[in-house]
Amino acid sequence: MRIEGIPASPGYAEGPLFDLDQPPASYKAKASSDEEQAALVSAIGKAVGRLAALIETANGDAAGILEFHIAMLEDDALSGPALSAIGSGQPADAAWRAALDSEIASYETSDQDYFRARAADLRDIRDQVLRALSEDSEAATPPGAILYGDDIAPTRFLETDWSKGGGIALRRGSTASHVAMLARSRGVPMVVGLGDEGETRTGVALLDAERGAIVFSPSPAEIEAFRQSASTFADRQGAARTFLTEPAVTKAGTAVRVQVNIAYPSDVDGIEIESCDGVGLMRTEFLFGKTVPDEETQYRAYRNVLEWAGDKPVTIRTVDAGGDKPVPGFTVEETNPFLGLRGIRLSLKRRDIFRVQIRALLRAAIHGNLKVMFPMIATPEEYSQAAALFAEEQAALAAQGVAHRLPPLGIMVEVPSVALAPEAFADVAFFSIGSNDLTQYVMAAARDNAAVAHLNSVRNPAVLRLIAAVTAFGRERGIPVSLCGDAGGDPAAIPALLEAGLRDLSVAPAQLAMAKAAIADVAV
Amino acid sequence: MSASAEATVLITHAVGLHARPSVKFTKLAKSFAAEVEVAVAANGPWFDAKSIVKVMAAKAPKGTMLHIRAKGDGSTQAVKALVDLVQRDFDEDADHARSA
Repeated sequence: MRIEGIPASPGYAEGPLFDLDQPPASYKAKASSDEEQAALVSAIGKAVGRLAALIETANGDAAGILEFHIAMLEDDALSGPALSAIGSGQPADAAWRAALDSEIASYETSDQDYFRARAADLRDIRDQVLRALSEDSEAATPPGAILYGDDIAPTRFLETDWSKGGGIALRRGSTASHVAMLARSRGVPMVVGLGDEGETRTGVALLDAERGAIVFSPSPAEIEAFRQSASTFADRQGAARTFLTEPAVTKAGTAVRVQVNIAYPSDVDGIEIESCDGVGLMRTEFLFGKTVPDEETQYRAYRNVLEWAGDKPVTIRTVDAGGDKPVPGFTVEETNPFLGLRGIRLSLKRRDIFRVQIRALLRAAIHGNLKVMFPMIATPEEYSQAAALFAEEQAALAAQGVAHRLPPLGIMVEVPSVALAPEAFADVAFFSIGSNDLTQYVMAAARDNAAVAHLNSVRNPAVLRLIAAVTAFGRERGIPVSLCGDAGGDPAAIPALLEAGLRDLSVAPAQLAMAKAAIADVAV
Repeated sequence: MSASAEATVLITHAVGLHARPSVKFTKLAKSFAAEVEVAVAANGPWFDAKSIVKVMAAKAPKGTMLHIRAKGDGSTQAVKALVDLVQRDFDEDADHARSA
């Protein structure tokens, strides 16, 4: 029985299932409300003490999370409602649970992923105190187990001994949770979003956190196939580390440029510039999170990344809002947003906003090796209109005596019309293939729809043929071609991409080493 | 007449005034005697800046204009110090920006 989920931290685990949702031991009511209140206060103190002890052995990320939990527990605003409920006759455990559940509910209804993910922290805080109240510690996790449940508490993660293997499989959960972050940094395999399948599961299970799946009651054949995948994964990972700092070269000695994709300017803090060939895609949607950012904010963000990269290229994509990335006050509501007013279409419609970004880019260009590309280009007119706006703003800055430079202007190749007839775009400075969107448009399968996920493969011959055609056209005309979709960092797709002629890939920073290792294994 | 101060500052930290940033923010607020409050809109609601539970409840993500006001002893210094902290991105690196 195999169930698909979302990989939150890659890896493989085989082991007994451990039920995370066992009810905690019960609490014995006290004689008076004063005693109940004292019991709650002492339980909170005990929980804080345990967390403080955990901090001693925790590293940076984990310690930060624990400090957050302690700060919440020590805040009277958290215990206040529970203490007054006890005063009006409730037992300590019920009062605390009710108070925390109402806090948790307000987090769960937030429209921001990050804030919603904090609900798991609040549940953890709630359960730590309930545990201290009942004075009965929960059953310890057996070493090497696969922790299975709705969600997992950060302290549960930290208290678990991961040295014997094991993993985490969640029916709900989030890739943005604190535990997901910890799991990635510790290399603990984790899958979220497995969904309810209505059965209690026991026995041995196989967790494939590379593809995102769990197998219950596996057959001998499934176990054998799983162990094979797990062992090649371990080999690849071990080998990959040695590749990180080296330039990427195939088995046949062909050099391949490997750049990184970044979403936030601060992403670069964790990357050694020596380990990559530049930034192949810097998204700018982040700046447009809640409001439209001013020129100065954008200029500073672009300049920071350019200065970090030194003389290596930084390719910044103009704002790709719309589609699955709405921005209040900028994007429009549509019934079919992936086929609607997104990317360059929206920027050309809202030129006031686009011009601000253009000015910020022109000014930032003097601080490094900037290239700029436009998303969702479908016709040559869109490119020339966007390029004309750059020329206009450049002239305006020159007239004002503001330091600036016109960067090379390229386009994303993600709409099939461009991939099919690239000759219409012979005057662009470079092509960057956006494999995620190109694939969804060629296959008519929305990226965000799990029901058609099997169709969304960059390795479909039709998609690969388009990639090969664009690459060949670029080579013939001397137009550089790179690829910046998820496929670029996928070891399973890399051979096909190199065979299609690509020699320039841009990948998520966490995939750099694995991508270089996969490249070294290709014989082109 | 008691001293008071007020300022607004743009939250540029990737995850906003959440979790670890809010720990630092409330710790700093608590180091001042003045009464300090924050809001995500000029007309409130105002939250006690010394309570992490309240500050988290303000739900201030990246890109929020955070309003800070203080009353009483050292209110000017308190507002200035908190604005500085927000502008320094809470002295954090990108570690959990990525996880967000």
